[in-house]
Amino acid sequence: MIELLLNALGGISLVSGLFFMFVGSIGLLRLPDFFTRLHATSKTDTLGIGLIFIGLIFFSGPTQASLKLVLIIFFIFFTSPVSAHALAKAAFKGGVKPFQINTKKDHKDG
Amino acid sequence: MAEFLISAILLAYLVILSIAIYCDDNLFSAAMLMGIYTLLCAAIFVAMDAVDVAFTEAAVGAGISTILILAALSLSNYHKEDHHNIKKNTLQTTVSLIITFALGILLAFGFHDIPAYGQQNVPAYQGVAQHYIHQSEHEIGVPNIVTSILASYRGYDTLGELTVIFVAGITVLMLLGYGLKQKTNNLPNTIELQKYIVLRVVSRMLMPYILLFALYVQFHGDYGPGGGFQAGVILASGIILHILFYGHKQTQKVIAPEITCYLMAIGVLIFAGTGIVTLLQGGNFLEYNVLNPNNPIQGQHWGILVIEFGVGLTVAAVMLSLFYSFSKQTKD
Repeated sequence: MIELLLNALGGISLVSGLFFMFVGSIGLLRLPDFFTRLHATSKTDTLGIGLIFIGLIFFSGPTQASLKLVLIIFFIFFTSPVSAHALAKAAFKGGVKPFQINTKKDHKDG
Repeated sequence: MAEFLISAILLAYLVILSIAIYCDDNLFSAAMLMGIYTLLCAAIFVAMDAVDVAFTEAAVGAGISTILILAALSLSNYHKEDHHNIKKNTLQTTVSLIITFALGILLAFGFHDIPAYGQQNVPAYQGVAQHYIHQSEHEIGVPNIVTSILASYRGYDTLGELTVIFVAGITVLMLLGYGLKQKTNNLPNTIELQKYIVLRVVSRMLMPYILLFALYVQFHGDYGPGGGFQAGVILASGIILHILFYGHKQTQKVIAPEITCYLMAIGVLIFAGTGIVTLLQGGNFLEYNVLNPNNPIQGQHWGILVIEFGVGLTVAAVMLSLFYSFSKQTKD
């Protein structure tokens, strides 16, 4: 009974993690600018990986592997947003301009 | 069925990725794509149950190799606009295409004779491999058979690998040196602190755990995937993290480039020295049994421990010295 519950929770976490990774990939493909794409992928990928690993923890139960998975989740939560921050800083320093809607044209027409 | 599907999907990704690397004009993004390629190869190795190889491939390919390529690219005069000016030479591309296709067909002919994955009546599995798999527990007593083969049964080959890494390190030192003597733009440290505060704080928090993990991998190689090569690469990655966010001046107070020269040589000396010690004790070269005549298995453990330490030391020193050579030569 408890096994069924653990498996079900693991399955739900895996599927939701998969959903977030999918959303992040759609954002990576469809968003217009580097900074917006970075924003989408960093948030969704961190959350997606966290959820997938929580699902794996449910599947493996109270073993040494679960402890290692918890440590990996901590590491990912620390490093993934910081690396996104480093990317954004490097891009800003390198001169990548954020995407701007062309407001001058609206003024001219209107 | 599921394994076949996973392997097929990963291999299809590899093909798509290689086409993407070819079509990409920007060398920096091509370098990143090559890092992803290596990571996919590591996933394929895991799917094939070769975790030691996958570990080394992920650590070296997706970590150190990518950052060294990026450092070398920033060292060169590469600007993104340059590639538009290169005229396409159709004769050159046609000839190279024909040669590549011919080599690919030769490769396909070569692969035709290789036995299927997992077959048992193949020459590679008969003979010595049977002895290693069945006798490793009694003769060496180390749970991880990969480590026992790498460090004890085939220790001489590992000494050769280590010497190759050492020679590569020396060659880069001879060609590039440790950087220009004068640096024109040497900002003091306190100005940088406010600009890079997030990166510095987090890297300072993470670095002890990365180095600790490297030590764990070094000495855990007997029981799980690990060993000297992976540990050396992870150690070098931790120190490179510090260099990236704190600059060369801070890091060289701890590990000067000249020290890495000595560490490179000391690692190889430890490995070969163990062989000489076993010679002096009366056994063959790298026969660890004679290190402890009362308890040969303990002698094997001692031998594996010492040579893995030598391997880790040299690999870490070589990777660090390569990064020093590539990164200190930038014009700013």
